[in-house]
Amino acid sequence: MKAPKEMRSIHNNQTVSTRIGLTALFFIFFTGSLLFCEHGFCEENAIKMDFLLPAPITEIHKQYLGLSSDKDFSLGQIKAQVVIIEIFSMYCPICQRGAEGVNALFRLIQSKPALKDKIKLMGIGVGNSIFEVDFFREKYSIEFPLFSDSNFLIHKKIGEVRTPHFFGLALQGNGDVKVFYSKTGEFSSPESFLQTILKESGIKEQP
Amino acid sequence: MKSIFISAFGALIFFLCLAGPSFCGSSAFGNKIFDPGSLKPVDSVLKVKTGDKAPDFTLTSIDGKAVKLSSFTGKKNVMLTFIPAAWTPICSDQWPGYNIAENLFKHYDTILIGISVDSLSTLFAWTRDMGGLWFDVVSDFWPHGAVSNSFGVLRSNGTADRAIFLIDKKGIIQFIHVGDINIRPDLGMLVQEMKKLTF
Repeated sequence: MKAPKEMRSIHNNQTVSTRIGLTALFFIFFTGSLLFCEHGFCEENAIKMDFLLPAPITEIHKQYLGLSSDKDFSLGQIKAQVVIIEIFSMYCPICQRGAEGVNALFRLIQSKPALKDKIKLMGIGVGNSIFEVDFFREKYSIEFPLFSDSNFLIHKKIGEVRTPHFFGLALQGNGDVKVFYSKTGEFSSPESFLQTILKESGIKEQP
Repeated sequence: MKSIFISAFGALIFFLCLAGPSFCGSSAFGNKIFDPGSLKPVDSVLKVKTGDKAPDFTLTSIDGKAVKLSSFTGKKNVMLTFIPAAWTPICSDQWPGYNIAENLFKHYDTILIGISVDSLSTLFAWTRDMGGLWFDVVSDFWPHGAVSNSFGVLRSNGTADRAIFLIDKKGIIQFIHVGDINIRPDLGMLVQEMKKLTF
């Protein structure tokens, strides 16, 4: 038996309302997910920093990272509480523009006796050959260690982030590494960036 | 129920699009970069070889001047860098890399010319977003891709392959690299080739 016209209309209205409601729920869910990821929370939890890097060529960089051997090393072997990694490319205009700011961050950390042994800074040039990384180092007089990821092997492991991207890693002492900060784009100032790193890692500026 | 799934799927696609492309590249251009995905590595057949005289051309640069290849004969080595298309992932980082290497090119007495089949207006806007470039960028838009075609690097879809030609001061092609369009050529390789011409 066919329902009266008014009943069918109410039923149709309810179906439409349900559809709109569910669509809205999906919108909210995905918007929330994207905002969550946009601020690095997804990456921080998902990324495993379990790759090896070649031992630095210079003795200064080996000492800076607290490495004693010439073998490949993992991030957990670095003698520090926190490691900041800039994922960069020689070809990236923002990395070029921001190079002086990252240098200033390095100098800022090194100028603080209470921090210089706790926080280390390094860069990984994704898709950059050793020549290109060296060229970038010389071009911008970069003093902290830079490494080449010419075949994007590390880049794939860390979620294929765009450049520049900054990771803050907490070294757990047992070789484990925890990502506590992950953000794409240049920072506004070395001072504010360092404050963010201190706040999120829990490291105190005073000894 | 079917319509609910369609709505949900639509929402998913909509937000995935909002999330932006996931290619590797700098964040310099925001979400303006068109990602064509992985392309056929090479889609052209060279019409020149090393030892050949480079086909001459005159193309207009984004500064409005006429750039004639043969005008550099006897004066400078010339490196031509053909890129596939403006506003695409690899290309948008390639020239900014050369932009910080001006001293290297000068050191090896080589001038660099960027060539694209894009229109002048497109190239103007794109290179402005790079912050400007020190080398000439010329448009091979019309007759479409004629210069790219004369070198044999015009792809079947009207874009160009990612190619480098190094031409010595006699106008002779000394080095050709037509690499995988999805990969940027190593600057170290280009420097090695320029070095061969100089010393």
